[in-house]
Amino acid sequence: MVMEYFLSEEEQMMVETARTIAIEKMKPMREHYDEKEEFPWEMVKEFAQADLCGLYIPEAYGGMGFGIMGLVLVVEELCKVDGAVALSIACTALGTLPIIIAGNEAQKKKYLPDIASGKKLAAFGLTEAGAGSDATGMTTTAVKDGDYYVLNGTKCFITNGGDAETYTVFAKTNPSRGARGISCFILEKGMPGFEFGKKEKKMGIRASSTRELIFNNCRVHKDQLLGKEGHGLMIAQATLDSSRPGVASQALGIAAGALDEAVDYARKRVQFGQAIASFQGIQHMLADMATKVEAARALLYASSRMIDVATNKLTKEPEKRTSKESAMAKLYCSEVAMEVTTNAVQIFGGYGYSREYPVEKMMRDAKITTIYEGTSQIQKNEIALNLIKESAAKTK
Amino acid sequence: MNIIVCIKQVPNTTNVQIDAETGRLKREGVESIINPFDEYAIEEGVRLKERTGGKVIVVTMGPPQAESALREAISRGADEAVLVSDRAFGGADTLATSYALASAIKAIGDYGVIFCGKQATDGDTAQVGPGIAEMLNIPHVAYVKKIEAIDDKSIKVERMMEDGYDLIESPVPVLLTVVKEINNPRIASLKGKMAAKKAVIKTFTATAINADAQKIGLNGSPTQVMKIFTPPQRAGGEKFSGEPAVVAKSLVDKLSETGVI
Repeated sequence: MVMEYFLSEEEQMMVETARTIAIEKMKPMREHYDEKEEFPWEMVKEFAQADLCGLYIPEAYGGMGFGIMGLVLVVEELCKVDGAVALSIACTALGTLPIIIAGNEAQKKKYLPDIASGKKLAAFGLTEAGAGSDATGMTTTAVKDGDYYVLNGTKCFITNGGDAETYTVFAKTNPSRGARGISCFILEKGMPGFEFGKKEKKMGIRASSTRELIFNNCRVHKDQLLGKEGHGLMIAQATLDSSRPGVASQALGIAAGALDEAVDYARKRVQFGQAIASFQGIQHMLADMATKVEAARALLYASSRMIDVATNKLTKEPEKRTSKESAMAKLYCSEVAMEVTTNAVQIFGGYGYSREYPVEKMMRDAKITTIYEGTSQIQKNEIALNLIKESAAKTK
Repeated sequence: MNIIVCIKQVPNTTNVQIDAETGRLKREGVESIINPFDEYAIEEGVRLKERTGGKVIVVTMGPPQAESALREAISRGADEAVLVSDRAFGGADTLATSYALASAIKAIGDYGVIFCGKQATDGDTAQVGPGIAEMLNIPHVAYVKKIEAIDDKSIKVERMMEDGYDLIESPVPVLLTVVKEINNPRIASLKGKMAAKKAVIKTFTATAINADAQKIGLNGSPTQVMKIFTPPQRAGGEKFSGEPAVVAKSLVDKLSETGVI
């Protein structure tokens, strides 16, 4: 039983739709995609057919206009069953947000409808081998040449890389200006000079593809520049303010799924002549897991609602940034996911460590949520920085 | 050219209670669902619409609560829904039901293909689909597992048989009853659910469809249920156990004794 969050009728329909797909379509394929490390195109078709691809995209561009809350509710529900397959659309949101936030009318009209309908997936290209937490350390460059920018460099660990059609990519247009010398471009798969590198072999989220993006004199027309030259990092930060709840919902879904599995197993598993759920040692573990999952959910929903109000469901620039709140949701949900999935494996004991049961996969999938889109440590930096700023503003 | 899909709301259980007095199914207090075979009919109707255009109109006969089945059909892609509902239809057997549905379909008019599930899971008669076709005086093909081709004048389908399938060509309009092998029904989409919520369901009464009072409801139902009973379960037979050689000998002896071999 989920606590009452007074979801609207439409929000309840989204959750219901996602749950049906998760149980009827995703669950039977869960082991297959994990083991084969295959991109779940069949599932993407299901998401598209059920109208789950454009939940957060404004209605004016073919989406449903349900804001971040719409994305979060559906990703959570899908991730209860499979946190890797759902990433295909969750990460598309990350790649799409820069266009929603900084795109001009023509760019939005060109790219958003196909993403909203599920015809195309998107990806976000920021990270480089030497620029992870410190995005300003990137070495990919975009040099202006007439009406074009010429991109050179390599992005790494790009989720949906190779499978997405639309990419929002960050590159230095003015290396001497540091954080203000980065710009954001929309790239399309198949552009000359834009290739994909090796596919990563990962601990978890194996149904999700992670590849390098390689730019070798890739000529990008100036119409593909998002926002103004030099505003790239600001676009990235605004994107992350809205996208972190997406990762948080992935983490929350994985945790909630693991909790359900653990309770169910504890009721059935008999040791010392009784169900292990009758032992207080197990009960207290389950109680802690359930409380943390619910606290994570409450924090996530509150921060998502806050973002939706601030941005009028992604249709306007917020007057006040929501970096701290979205960082809190991402930090807490992902740490809870790691703890809850680890304890779920513990409750399953030896069987939990076996691939015959789903909890080891949940634990492997959960780990990434404390790492990507800003590690837990980076989220803490963000939260602390905002605390200090808010306090300083008060005492001025 | 519109596509009509006939559906039935049935109790969601395989353990249906039977009223000892009337010999009919007890429907009260049991959750109702769309007859599972009709889900394939809805899906095939929607797929055909996606191929040929037109509208999918879903029709059911039943009490007012059957509206929920129609709304679900809309959430799965149907465009319009008609509820054939009137106290006068009550107590209908398969003949009277076929007549009522055929009358409703005539009232709708302009149709190319009518889909039904091969049978309903409550009555299991498989009679209503072909019955409707007879009343409308159009051809029907039962147990369809694939639509091979269709144009304005004719349709080519595969009919499932026990030992393979028949390839059948029929003029259009036609009524098809479908088997579960025909497709994999889609999950109701979010927009579908939202449309279903808002949809206005038309209700057809007996007078609205000019139904002959003698052909509907109990009056129009020649079927009389004399008795409903559960056939006795087959007895367990005889089991032989022990060493394989001994068991084999005992089995052969027994079969010889009973004249089987």
